[in-house]
Amino acid sequence: MECFKMSTKTKSQPTRRLLESYSPGVFFDEMVDAQGRARPHYQQFRELFQTLTKKEFENKRQAVDLAFLRQGITFNVYGDSAGAEKIFPFDLLPRIIPACEWEKLERGLVQRITALNLFLHDIYHEQKILKDGVIPPFYVLSGKHFRREFVNFNVPRDIYIHICGTDLIRDDKGNYLVLEDNGRCPSGVSYVLENRRSMKRTFPVMFERSGVRPVEHYPQDLLKMLHFIAPPAAANPAVVLLTPGSSNSAYFEHTYLARQMGIEIVEGRDLLVRDARVFMRTTKGLQPVHVIYRRIDDDFLDPTVFRRDSLLGVPGIVQAYRAGNVSLANSIGTGIADDKVMYYFVPRMIKYYLDQEPLLPNVPTYLASEEADQKYILENLNKLVVKSANESGGYGMLMGPKASQAEIEDFRKKIQAEPRNFIAQPMVSLSRHPTRVDGDHYFEGRHVDLRPYIVYGEKVVVAPGGLTRVALRKGSLVVNSSQGGGSKDTWVLYGDQ
Amino acid sequence: MLSRVANSLYWMSRYIERAENIARIVDVNLQLLLDFRNLNEERLARHWLPIVQTTGDEQQFFQLHKKATGDAVTEFLVFELENPNSLVSSICQARENARMARDQITVEYWEELNRLYWFVKTPQARKAWEESPSDFFQQIKNSSLQLLGLSYATLIHNEGWFFAQVGKFIERADKTSRILDVRCQVPEGAPADGREGDANEADALEWSAILRSCSAWDAYKSLYGAEVSPKLVAEFLLFNEDFPRSMRFCVSEMNRALRRISGVAEGRFCNGAEKLAGRLAAELQFSTMDEIFAQGLHEYLDGLQGKLNDIGSAMFDAYIFQKFDHLGDEIMVQQEEQQQQCP
Repeated sequence: MECFKMSTKTKSQPTRRLLESYSPGVFFDEMVDAQGRARPHYQQFRELFQTLTKKEFENKRQAVDLAFLRQGITFNVYGDSAGAEKIFPFDLLPRIIPACEWEKLERGLVQRITALNLFLHDIYHEQKILKDGVIPPFYVLSGKHFRREFVNFNVPRDIYIHICGTDLIRDDKGNYLVLEDNGRCPSGVSYVLENRRSMKRTFPVMFERSGVRPVEHYPQDLLKMLHFIAPPAAANPAVVLLTPGSSNSAYFEHTYLARQMGIEIVEGRDLLVRDARVFMRTTKGLQPVHVIYRRIDDDFLDPTVFRRDSLLGVPGIVQAYRAGNVSLANSIGTGIADDKVMYYFVPRMIKYYLDQEPLLPNVPTYLASEEADQKYILENLNKLVVKSANESGGYGMLMGPKASQAEIEDFRKKIQAEPRNFIAQPMVSLSRHPTRVDGDHYFEGRHVDLRPYIVYGEKVVVAPGGLTRVALRKGSLVVNSSQGGGSKDTWVLYGDQ
Repeated sequence: MLSRVANSLYWMSRYIERAENIARIVDVNLQLLLDFRNLNEERLARHWLPIVQTTGDEQQFFQLHKKATGDAVTEFLVFELENPNSLVSSICQARENARMARDQITVEYWEELNRLYWFVKTPQARKAWEESPSDFFQQIKNSSLQLLGLSYATLIHNEGWFFAQVGKFIERADKTSRILDVRCQVPEGAPADGREGDANEADALEWSAILRSCSAWDAYKSLYGAEVSPKLVAEFLLFNEDFPRSMRFCVSEMNRALRRISGVAEGRFCNGAEKLAGRLAAELQFSTMDEIFAQGLHEYLDGLQGKLNDIGSAMFDAYIFQKFDHLGDEIMVQQEEQQQQCP
């Protein structure tokens, strides 16, 4: 009945093919060039995609949304009414990356995480980079997340950042730039896996023909790494995922990853420490734990060492870690590498430790505590993006060109009061990607970024693709899930077309 | 298995069973009213109040409502979120527990429970209820029974599954005893307090309602014929060996599940829960209705509920060790605070 109605309708109205009237505007567009022609690696997709009618596409879209809700693939929204759960909006148009481009990205990401791990080892041991004057010691030693308690402590296998979720953007010429390295508990990888699963179900044929590299082995790579860092004495190491609990925004991801890896998901109250060994409370008594993929912050890990009011942590766990009886991923103290002031120095780290040129450049950055930079920042607040050194998720930010005068003055005061806590960057015009929107055009360009996930174990593995985040609000450059962002599946092709 | 997860599985299935039983109780009572004529307010209150009493939440009810009217009682039992044992609250808690034990249940099971949760959370649910309470309750019961089937057919029958079994059968036994208890508290017509004798017409209807709310109508009739006597109904719901909602059946299944958890053979025990459950199962096997009516049915049922509670807490002591429910606000704030470097 429904089909019959549809076909009569399409006959009476001339239909426009999907994406036909799409225009890239003045931005760098992922799918089409300035003349509106599909880039080579999008051509095949676009041809297949355009055989769909709007109605078919819309049905698929609704089915996918419903499936996400039904499967409970949701995140908790803080500050919303109690217990509000939302699905992370998913746009069905995939972002496609050709093999040659991905190969460059991969090398750049491996280079970067390698340098960051060398840097973390160094500042927690010899501090050569500080002594050689490459980074002013003040910046490291004043870092909010520098853990002086762990100076001279040897972390298992000498790996600090095991899991990294680096945010990449592309500027108006299509150059990839690093926006930040997330070296503590980067989340979002569960969406990569779930997005892929629903894309395969929704567009099986397109998938088959396009030659897309799979992402499904991420959980195995993660588990392999967790086994690799286990204390050598543990013959058959017990690996667990430590979650803050079901009120956390990423709780879905925690249960998801634990399930995919087949490991226990524990809360702090499930664990206890005896004789510097960690155990979990089971129905059959206490069982040893050797490796913890922890998704809680350093500050909350152990109330006897860090924040005493922590209700999420495990008293004594740091002692067990120090004794080498339990391994943590990521290690304690990686937060200093996420400090936006340290970000400024990453290109120097690459040069210093690896004697290489950075393959993936930073966004040009000004440090408010450098006199000349501060002067420039304060004079150009209405043109710059100002960021707090230790905030993430799109919080603690000033988007100069879009801010009110009052907001600008507010930041001016903050910067002058605490220059160490601020950096500034020019506003980068992020690349755009066709995205389904409400309204006449149906597909419009929206700004996107990319978060690939890197696992550093015996080998360094970059999951092909990552999470493409998209700012769904028109004109918005903020892609964060908490602020109106959505996501797309990211296809890395076997070939270049 | 983590104690906390075992605890979650226990409560998950217990809450689903609770929701189903509330649906049964309210549905049958709404239908029952259709059979009566000339119902004045007092008579209505006498009908509805005992139903609140079945759930054991009388005090909570009068904090929220002045009078036991039909609307107030059904609202309290079905939708009220301030009532932690309402149907909707139970489903929410079942789902929350399932989230905590997500790695122990199958996709199919989770999706059905999640679907049920979203159904009762949306305005759709109230609309369905307003259009036809009976259809609404049918949906709840169907979903609960589907979950039951999924649990048998898709979940691995391991330790955690048996914890869920214990939760389900404790809840079902408790609710069956409470459903039976409702009518013996109403001194309406002489025999309804449980003494032997023929029930008058109104009583017969009420005792039939009890059977129907336990899905026991057909089974009862095939055993005892069309005559509905309080004694036989009580005997059937308490002592029948094979009827899956009878007290005896529930306790013996629970006893079996407890022994599957520990691996200890029947007739022996290794913890307090097994000892108490074994003793109760034997009691139900060897008691007679005459003894119980001599003692008073209400007193007897009260005692049974107490024993079920004791089994629950003995199991807690044996396997769970520490309380996991009732998270304070403070811990939830800290859980939210954790940086996840969110996308």
